[in-house]
Amino acid sequence: MPMLTPLEMETINLSLLVSAWAVVGSLPLGVGCAWLLARVDFPGKVLFDGLIHLPLVLPPVVVGYGLLITLGRHGPVGSYLYDWFGITLAFNWKGAAVASAVIAFPLLVRAIRLSIEAVDPGLEQAARTLGLGPVQAFFRITLPLMFPGIMAGVVLSFARSLSEFGATITFVSSIPGETRTLPLALYALTQVPDGEAAALRLCVISVLLALGALIGSDLLAKWMADRA
Amino acid sequence: MRVKLEIGKSLGEFRVDVGFASDRGVTCLFGPSGSGKTSVAQMVAGLLRPDRGRIEVSGKVLYDGAGGIDLRPEQRGLGYVFQDGRLFPHLSVRRNLAFGQKDGQKMERRKQFAEVVGLLGLSGILNRYPKTLSGGEKQRVAIGRALLADPRFLIMDEPLAALDAFRKAEVLPYLVKLVRQARIPILYVTHSMDEVIALVDTLVLLDQGRQIAAGSVEDLLARPDLRRLTGRLDAGAVITATVASHDPANGSTWLDFSGGRLVIGHAPLAIGDKVRLRVHATDVAIALDPPPQRISVRNVIQAVIKTVTSDESHLVDITLDANGATLWSQVSRQAAAELGLTPGMPVWAMVKAVTLGRDFIG
Repeated sequence: MPMLTPLEMETINLSLLVSAWAVVGSLPLGVGCAWLLARVDFPGKVLFDGLIHLPLVLPPVVVGYGLLITLGRHGPVGSYLYDWFGITLAFNWKGAAVASAVIAFPLLVRAIRLSIEAVDPGLEQAARTLGLGPVQAFFRITLPLMFPGIMAGVVLSFARSLSEFGATITFVSSIPGETRTLPLALYALTQVPDGEAAALRLCVISVLLALGALIGSDLLAKWMADRA
Repeated sequence: MRVKLEIGKSLGEFRVDVGFASDRGVTCLFGPSGSGKTSVAQMVAGLLRPDRGRIEVSGKVLYDGAGGIDLRPEQRGLGYVFQDGRLFPHLSVRRNLAFGQKDGQKMERRKQFAEVVGLLGLSGILNRYPKTLSGGEKQRVAIGRALLADPRFLIMDEPLAALDAFRKAEVLPYLVKLVRQARIPILYVTHSMDEVIALVDTLVLLDQGRQIAAGSVEDLLARPDLRRLTGRLDAGAVITATVASHDPANGSTWLDFSGGRLVIGHAPLAIGDKVRLRVHATDVAIALDPPPQRISVRNVIQAVIKTVTSDESHLVDITLDANGATLWSQVSRQAAAELGLTPGMPVWAMVKAVTLGRDFIG
């Protein structure tokens, strides 16, 4: 396979950066939501579950537009962020990360929730009888046992983030070097005459990245099953 | 070494209502499945909250509904052995065992660790993981883990119930050893009379959440009205006896009890040891005339009939008073009628088999 062009390298790096931040940033919240759904009963739980899964079924462009009107410079949250912290999300890579994070969040929560449900709550009880408080029991017993599931969720949401298009282009548009991730770059090339060859290359790269993520997720699932 | 509790809780279809106090040794919650015994154990552990009542162990109040005290499980200083072991799958046996050990002198911790490993025979499996252990090994590790948390008292919730007969026989001797050496109160939950006879001092009978009776094992097993709960099929008496002498030539051991002398197969006991003997009702025959000398049965005891109880079956249950000790006998209705067995009659009890139930009395 011939060497990658500087433009391709830049695009791949941007995609990896955006997806990595998307996953890392949403992980704590993902664990929290998964915990609530798996272990706690509260009024409105069904609605909460539905809201978390919304990005999975909504058209990504709708999600992106929602982000634009709330987190954009003039939106309710966006203007607050700018006025108080000087943070802008629209039209830069941070916004791209937010868009990917929101789209991939349901996948993250689902995987982690499954891993929590797979841990016998009786083990936490046993830890309590051995002198641990509830928080300690979570960190020393439940979390280590959840770990393979968390990793599976991370890989899955990372893969989904890499492929994010609709929300990204709507919220942060397609700025080369700033928000033009792999799917956006591929799309741009198909709009241009003589872009086919380059588009094909990007296509192959995307497929390889996605395959790698899926195989990784599968191997983790096997590892999780072995440890049970 | 005292356990004193009185609790009530509503659990769906039925209420749990128990209240007992015990002074020493092993207290057992006994009853059929679903009688509420595990719920009581969980309430003592703080894993389940009672509706009302008071729980006190070794002078420390763990729960007081009226006084607003409800210590969390980790504050109660207890050890709990679950029926399903509940070993932590991601930790080795060694790390499971040491999990509850408190911070303190390293030498002291190492010493306690070695003691418990020795007591339960775990030295060969310390580096293995729970997934690779047999049921019996898992339970022994579970017991060791609870002990190493240096508990003020120990709760064992049907620790042998999930094991097959082989594994039960493998683990029971360790429990006997543990009970003999334990200096802390033990609350033992079971539905197996074999375990009761081998391990228990104070027995609390539960049926559908209600406490039916509480007292020493000997007393409760002698009561005909409790026979329904203590087990009709293996109905039998439990007698406290003292080792009198050994007869190596004949491979037997003689013991004294209030009703006389009994002989059993040779047992490695010291003269003067107090033991618990078990005599199944189906092994006791009754004669109105003194039995002939030339008879294979060696254990012949004089006794007086205490009660005669019959139900729809063809058998009649008789309790006999042998100078203070109670023996059970099960005879056919026909025989009872022909012999005219009635309370107060002096008879001879011919005991075909006596087994050692517990080789020490705590």
